[in-house]
Amino acid sequence: MPFIPHTDEDIRQMLAGIGVDSINALFDEIPADLRDPGLPGIPAGVTEMEISRVMNARATGDILGPCFLGAGAYRHHVPAAVWEIATRGEYYSAYTPYQAEASQGTLQLIYEYQSMMAGLMSMDVSNASLYDGASALAESVLMAVRANRKSKSGRILVPDTVNPLYRDVTRTIVGNQGIELETVTSNASTGALDVATLKQWDGEDVAALVIQQPNWFGRLEEAQALTDWAQRNGALVIAVVNPTAMAVLTPPGEWGANGADIACGEGQPLGIPLSSGGPYFGFMCCRRAFVRQMPGRIVGRTVDLEGRTGYTLTLQAREQHIRRSKATSNICTNQGLMVTAATMYLALLGAEGLERVAGHCHANTRQLTERLTDLKGVSLRFEGPYFHERVLELDRPTEPLCQQLASQGVLAGYPLGRHDKRLSNALLVCATETVTEADMDRFEEALGHALARAA
Amino acid sequence: MSQEALIFDLGRTGRYARAQAPAERADLADIPAQFRRRQRAVMPEVSELQVVRHYTRLSQKNFSIDTNFYPLGSCTMKYNPRACNSLAMLPGLLDRHPHAPDSTGQGFMACMWELQEMLAEVTGMESVSLAPMAGAQGEFAGVAMIRAYHDARGDDARTEIIVPDAAHGTNPATAVMCGYQVREIPTDAEGDVDMQALREAVGPQTAGIMLTNPSTIGVFERRIQEIATVVHEAGGLLYYDGANLNAILGKARPGDMGFDVIHINLHKTFSTPHGGGGPGAGALGVGERLLAYMPIPQVGKTGERFHWRTDKEIPETIGRLSAFGGNAGVLLRAYVYARMLGRDGMIRVAEFATLNANYLMSRLRDEGFQVWLPQRRASHEFIVSLKPEAKELGVTAGDFAKRLLDYGYHAPTAYFPLLVPECLLIEPTETETRDDLDGFVQAMVAIRDEARQDRDFVKGAPYNMPVRRLDEVKAAKELDLKWQGEAD
Repeated sequence: MPFIPHTDEDIRQMLAGIGVDSINALFDEIPADLRDPGLPGIPAGVTEMEISRVMNARATGDILGPCFLGAGAYRHHVPAAVWEIATRGEYYSAYTPYQAEASQGTLQLIYEYQSMMAGLMSMDVSNASLYDGASALAESVLMAVRANRKSKSGRILVPDTVNPLYRDVTRTIVGNQGIELETVTSNASTGALDVATLKQWDGEDVAALVIQQPNWFGRLEEAQALTDWAQRNGALVIAVVNPTAMAVLTPPGEWGANGADIACGEGQPLGIPLSSGGPYFGFMCCRRAFVRQMPGRIVGRTVDLEGRTGYTLTLQAREQHIRRSKATSNICTNQGLMVTAATMYLALLGAEGLERVAGHCHANTRQLTERLTDLKGVSLRFEGPYFHERVLELDRPTEPLCQQLASQGVLAGYPLGRHDKRLSNALLVCATETVTEADMDRFEEALGHALARAA
Repeated sequence: MSQEALIFDLGRTGRYARAQAPAERADLADIPAQFRRRQRAVMPEVSELQVVRHYTRLSQKNFSIDTNFYPLGSCTMKYNPRACNSLAMLPGLLDRHPHAPDSTGQGFMACMWELQEMLAEVTGMESVSLAPMAGAQGEFAGVAMIRAYHDARGDDARTEIIVPDAAHGTNPATAVMCGYQVREIPTDAEGDVDMQALREAVGPQTAGIMLTNPSTIGVFERRIQEIATVVHEAGGLLYYDGANLNAILGKARPGDMGFDVIHINLHKTFSTPHGGGGPGAGALGVGERLLAYMPIPQVGKTGERFHWRTDKEIPETIGRLSAFGGNAGVLLRAYVYARMLGRDGMIRVAEFATLNANYLMSRLRDEGFQVWLPQRRASHEFIVSLKPEAKELGVTAGDFAKRLLDYGYHAPTAYFPLLVPECLLIEPTETETRDDLDGFVQAMVAIRDEARQDRDFVKGAPYNMPVRRLDEVKAAKELDLKWQGEAD
């Protein structure tokens, strides 16, 4: 019996102790017509050896060529130590650290994580993480509406340069709470926002403006001026940022005169494997004044009875297990194990290492796009400053082209026509530090061949 | 155990793990100065060995399933098989980009599709979505689907969700996130939903009810079919909170009980790791009435090929819950576990979880502890009320919980459900041996003896942990949420 330790003798004695004659008798409170459905559709169990065979065959059958896909998830080198330590049973198989005295390892680690994340974002405080970047944006929107007490409108300005998948998730999660998500249209020729576009909301009641940096197209937004406009108009600023990029770009806490109010984003680039989209983790930081409006777990440093330093979950009165229907969110978990990995990743790289990683991603993407735009039929869609991701314009629809290149083992990029028909010929590409010259050769060659054929 | 310094305090300027970053700095001159970071982030400056040693040492300050019996009620802290981890971390699975075309990930998608099918079978639901990233998100999606159902029928009078008073806090919090008001109904003296109160609560304003079965009191809701009839006749729908599914896995199915939508905590019943508080996965099981509103994406199968079903195939979907397809790595672990268990193994999960709980309950009762609802069968968990000990000896459930840590047992869930005074909610799970259960009973008896001799000693516990009881008031009042520099 897999994972069940009972011997026949155990069972006999335990049943005698309970005072019943069979295990089935323990289920006699379940109405008879509901009991023992039989499960004909579930296959018989297999041993570890047999399932290993299945999984190995499936894992090696999947194609993993050179990867030029980004669009919200990035292939970075993950130091071996990160997952060797993160999957120690003491981290892997522990629960949420409610019993603080028996969870000091996880709690101190989260405190260190909060310190690193707040430092990277240049923000006052960080929570212990949320599910992923997209849901972190949704939670940030809910938080901004709670925190901006001057605003009555529940109106959030969301530029079309914010990751469209994040916008979809935000719509799903905040849709039933009387919040209005209003789209801000970007400049179609630069792929970034014009500050002047916001003038139409001058003097209007806006709860918050979302700014993604770098934006969905890899372009850098005028975060300073956008932040100043928002705060002059009584709106909070929600920053959605790539954490790797923050090693080299102005962090949200330094945007405009006063800094962003909330910073969130996807933590995956910090040591989390791509793994088909999850589990990742969302991060969230804010100004100190808003900490009681923040969702999710927060760890604080305190002392024990003997005055020794210790760590504990704090401000739990915000949370669902205490506040029930009045909680800041229904969220229970953070992404503990992912944060464990990210903390070790950041500790290993430090500011110097992270800057080098960020720098190499950017330089590789620059080199890649310079090479590819030399091909006939390929040009840059948007000019202007960018970070580690860029949009190319091709002479034909990119969706079928990507399928074709994938069958040759090259993951060519993200076809932007999926979210906007006007961008059907556009391709979002990214080359992280893991991409080699040989990978770029292969991409260039495969693309060149494909484009040489008639569109 | 000695105190472990913060990672920041171990650093020296200029140190980092050189093997882990590119050897050269890259040229960033093309990024204009106005966009560049001016001051370096404050980060640890440590070596690889320092990182490995520090986080290994910190790990040793944790209780975990791998090191301790962890009878945490309603959390199903059972053994997380190691194969589930190692097979989910095969390079081919780990390196797959979420935007990679379906054609490149057929092996991964086969696992997801088969998991959907197995979960549908074991819960009796029509279809399963693996999109929710945690139980709370599964709840959210389920209630959002109930709302979409009523909205699609133009039935906008339905403004209330009914929740029993024993429910997890997430249930009312979720209902509010979906724009509903919460109406709480009481539990009767036998531990079942108060039917009279339910009949009075339902009406044209009822959108649905959220139920956990077996309930958080640790007993099976015996009139579940009658509840389903009452709610359905009033035009409402039934949501099943799968927190306690481990108790009935393969023995009874929510779909047969009349539930319209359910979530399954894969990190409980399907043994994926809790990871110190996540990541979880809260798969959804959906009945016929709600199929049109499934969240996206879902894995579909045409012939022998798998693909992601999106809003093109599910146009009335409530939408997307995460940027990608959910916590794939967690789902792979659940898949491996489900395959290893198979049909008979799944049924045995419920059988032995229930055997262990009833055995532990009878042993504690025989030792004179007050078992809540002794006339009922325990499901996979049960409640001990320490009200007599609190009254006679002056030691509370919280004191017992802390002293248990000294004995090497993680504390059971304390003070939940809220309606039982001084309660411990105890869930031993199926993977513990009888010897472990007996050891726990001995510890409970020993703590009570200690309390009889020296109440204050027990109230001062724990003694053998890395820290004694922590000052939580100070933690909340003098917020210290990050390292502030060398001044510490």
